[in-house]
Amino acid sequence: MKIVVGHLFPDYLNIYADRGNMAVLERRAAWRGHELEVLPLGAGTEIPPGVHDLFYVGGGQDREQELIAPALADMGDALREAVAGGAAALAVCGGYQLLGSFYRDQSGAELPGAGLLPLHTVAGERRMIGDVLLECELVPGQPRSVAGFENHAGRTYLDEGAEPLGRVLAGFGNDGESGHEGCRAGRVIGTYLHGPLLPRNPWLADWLLAQALAHRTGEPPQLEPLEDELEAEAHAVSADRARIRGGRY
Amino acid sequence: MRLPLPLSAEIVFARAAASLSRVVGAGGGTTVPGKLLWKLDPGAVDRLAARLPRGSALISATNGKTTTAAMAARILAPSVRLAHNRSGANLVSGVASTLLAARDAELGLFEVDEAALPEVARRLRPRAVLLGNLFRDQLDRYGELELLAARWREMVRELASDASLVVNGDDPQLGDLARKRPRSTVFGLDDPRHASDELQHAADSKWCIRCGTPYVYAAAYIGHLGDYRCPACGHTRPTLDVLAREIELKGLESASFQLVTPEGTRSIELGVPGLYNVYNALAAASLARALDASLDAIQAGLQGFSAAFGRFERIAIGERSLLVLLIKNPAGANEVVRTLLAGTQPRLLLVALNDEIADGRDVSWIWDVDFEPLLGGLERLVASGERAAELALRFKYAGLPTDAIEVIPSLEEALDRGLELTPAHGELVALPTYTAMLGLRDLVARRGFVKPYWEAAA
Repeated sequence: MKIVVGHLFPDYLNIYADRGNMAVLERRAAWRGHELEVLPLGAGTEIPPGVHDLFYVGGGQDREQELIAPALADMGDALREAVAGGAAALAVCGGYQLLGSFYRDQSGAELPGAGLLPLHTVAGERRMIGDVLLECELVPGQPRSVAGFENHAGRTYLDEGAEPLGRVLAGFGNDGESGHEGCRAGRVIGTYLHGPLLPRNPWLADWLLAQALAHRTGEPPQLEPLEDELEAEAHAVSADRARIRGGRY
Repeated sequence: MRLPLPLSAEIVFARAAASLSRVVGAGGGTTVPGKLLWKLDPGAVDRLAARLPRGSALISATNGKTTTAAMAARILAPSVRLAHNRSGANLVSGVASTLLAARDAELGLFEVDEAALPEVARRLRPRAVLLGNLFRDQLDRYGELELLAARWREMVRELASDASLVVNGDDPQLGDLARKRPRSTVFGLDDPRHASDELQHAADSKWCIRCGTPYVYAAAYIGHLGDYRCPACGHTRPTLDVLAREIELKGLESASFQLVTPEGTRSIELGVPGLYNVYNALAAASLARALDASLDAIQAGLQGFSAAFGRFERIAIGERSLLVLLIKNPAGANEVVRTLLAGTQPRLLLVALNDEIADGRDVSWIWDVDFEPLLGGLERLVASGERAAELALRFKYAGLPTDAIEVIPSLEEALDRGLELTPAHGELVALPTYTAMLGLRDLVARRGFVKPYWEAAA
């Protein structure tokens, strides 16, 4: 089966090794006999309904984010329509912020968001930097852990009733206070965690692939398990790092 | 005539601490005395530097600081006594330690950490500053590239009006700094044969610093370094004062080029490989020129240079050898890969990834390195260091079969395994991050194959 991924602004938003996430999606799809086709989406690119099974948006530095924020916000309607039609999305760090309703910088100026996730972000004084460990339950009754690294000055606040991606076991998370990290709205996931995120959390890569395949076929498939020994080892080291030296105030 | 300031008690005390640190085996003691002095009297650094009769020169860059400083030292040392932090202790404390140790130095030659540069410049009031390049590096420590660039711009504004500024014009952020200063030198490459086909993934300053439009490159050499022009507003690489032409790269062994300066042209034969070392040599030549070195001295110094500490070192271990190539960020590691492949397609590699502060605690950068070209002939990878498993994943997802990967976090065990897999008279290529490089060097030193770094550097 072919899975079509729309990679939003890959030239601008790629600061924390976002291509590692793409490599993991690509290989893990291929090992199950699926082909990942990655289409870069830039300013003014059309997003016809139903074409993309999964969207990916990575992180950028402030300057890159400022350069593309208006163009990304302009794609908001098309993206919301695609997601309403069952497409999945993963947004990391800066991309996570830009999928909310707005980002307000320290001077009070606002960057528009794409409005795909129920949240907004306000720049803070101190950067929140360090290893993070989360507990998530994307599938009820199946708690999983996510390990990664965060580096952000923005404090992200979820709207009333919005669902976080996970509970922070170690590290700062969305705002350093709520104990929440990331946001999940149906098949859309946003998070500050890079590292990159997917190599050391392969179950999340598989969840995204399953959602993307579901968009294509109508049913979330059972993906056959893979040999994930190295992934488990990298996860364990990363989780240990978070427990020992994850950020806290 | 006024005599120099007397050595104060705190300076004597701090020097004693350096010896003590070595005696108790706590390492080279390269920053211990400086840290102590810093605590006792932060202003002492300024006073120590002010005693240097020929002032100080500072060198900063994401990549190439240590090598460029070592090349400049080689050029300058025959004619002037240097205070030079050659083992790479490049924070304020390292500069202080070097100043403490170099009692009769005439000129300070310091490589300085990118983030520490503004403070060091404020304290030392240098007569020359060299800015080599800015790439994404240790974002967990330095913050965003723009932030660092802004601090450097501020630092340049505060330099004494008669201070020389030397910048790499191929880096859009840095080339621009020279425009407003009369006493500045711009260097860069002028040999499009060595341009890469497309901008590398690790290119950073790709957008016009004035208007945000993507630059068009007549030649992109390393990352975003090259001959750029903004098609919208016309912002372009400044005119080069010192440049390299007719560059010849000879595999893993050497490189040569024509050094073109306003005073004349010289052929330079470098004993170190790779385009990045041509940049380093060009930077060192430009700085030495700003410090009044002659073209003859520049040529002799560059040609006599072998390698800086841990950057490109061949260490004989019995009947095998170990080649150590430091990797620390995407742009630097890409050049190491490119240079390595120009010489050999290794079948065996030892790669060691640590995540201490000096390595960067965030290891995501390894995913931005183009390791893929190494996979062609690679039969076995020994992945080592504290984040060995993460490194193994990097190669697994690049396409290396997992049965070709051995994960051995212990550096010592990994080194032994690597040597065991290396045929007699063969060479083991090791790509370590900074603290892993120190660890590897320490291991071979303890086995008697190389001097500890504080002796080698002395």
